[in-house]
Amino acid sequence: MKAIDRAEVQQKINSFAEADVYLHLETTNGAYATHNDESFFSAGAYIRNALIRYEHGKIVGDGPFRVGLKLEIGWVYGEGLTHFEIDDQGRLLLAGLDFTGKLAVALQISPSPFE
Amino acid sequence: MEKERHVLVIFPHPDDEAFGVSGTIALNIENGTPVTYACLTLGEMGRNLGNPPFATRESLPKIRRQELVDAANALGIQDLRMLGLRDKTVEFEDDEELTGKISAFIDELNPSLIITFYPGYSVHPDHEATGRAVVRAVERIAPEERPKLHCVAFSNNSLAELGEPEIINDVTAVEDKKIAAIKAHRSQTESMVATWAEKMQSQDPAMLTWIRKERFWPYKWKR
Repeated sequence: MKAIDRAEVQQKINSFAEADVYLHLETTNGAYATHNDESFFSAGAYIRNALIRYEHGKIVGDGPFRVGLKLEIGWVYGEGLTHFEIDDQGRLLLAGLDFTGKLAVALQISPSPFE
Repeated sequence: MEKERHVLVIFPHPDDEAFGVSGTIALNIENGTPVTYACLTLGEMGRNLGNPPFATRESLPKIRRQELVDAANALGIQDLRMLGLRDKTVEFEDDEELTGKISAFIDELNPSLIITFYPGYSVHPDHEATGRAVVRAVERIAPEERPKLHCVAFSNNSLAELGEPEIINDVTAVEDKKIAAIKAHRSQTESMVATWAEKMQSQDPAMLTWIRKERFWPYKWKR
């Protein structure tokens, strides 16, 4: 993965618009967050292989970035995104890595189901 | 350390075996005892992707699978089983089905010792669910026929509630293998290992104790 290139990511987001795509969306502060700091409230969410179709999507911000996908009857949104890769299967993998390099958020779009 | 017939180690993530148990595994193998490691997931949801990142969410499982094989080789584990569950979902699996998988291992291997996490004292939901499943499986065996069940506990309340660990294995004799196993899980341990150099140089006592003394609590059966 490399640092997000906004234009390249926007182009890839556009290429998936109005098509059936599979979504991986995840936020996490790690399973040890409360163990390491008992005052920390741990929360996260995860969805894998949600079949969606968006009208359009945007990447916004100066980094870390935000990505929003407008669905016919809803929204998908992720913030804190810093890195990306378009992998050999043509999938758009976006991740937010914290200051120590640990993944905090992932938003991934694929034309075929994730394994 | 007692001589065992067969040791069955059951953890959910590649690298769970490395930190607190790999010395005990290596000692048993050097002793001629076969060790089976059943690893439930491939740690697909690990947060460490290397720094700078050399993995993605999607390539991480393949990388960690190889790291697991490398760690097993470093320890001499000949029987490595990967169960194909998914990281962070173990507690949501069907309990009975998971218990059945563990019972099948026990029936097949007839271990004299099983090592897993202590339910209630192992922090990560996958650790807890794995420990609970192993306890359920062993509980179904008549008390006099049960293999020993040694558990790893590291939650902040473990010493207060479980007391001092009953079993402390000195693994100094195999510490090179242990360190090799930890390093094999490169995607997860590289940044941690990088901070060791200085401590190893100065023979930092806390560091040496952490590596050389492996601590286990025998599971306290209600019946």
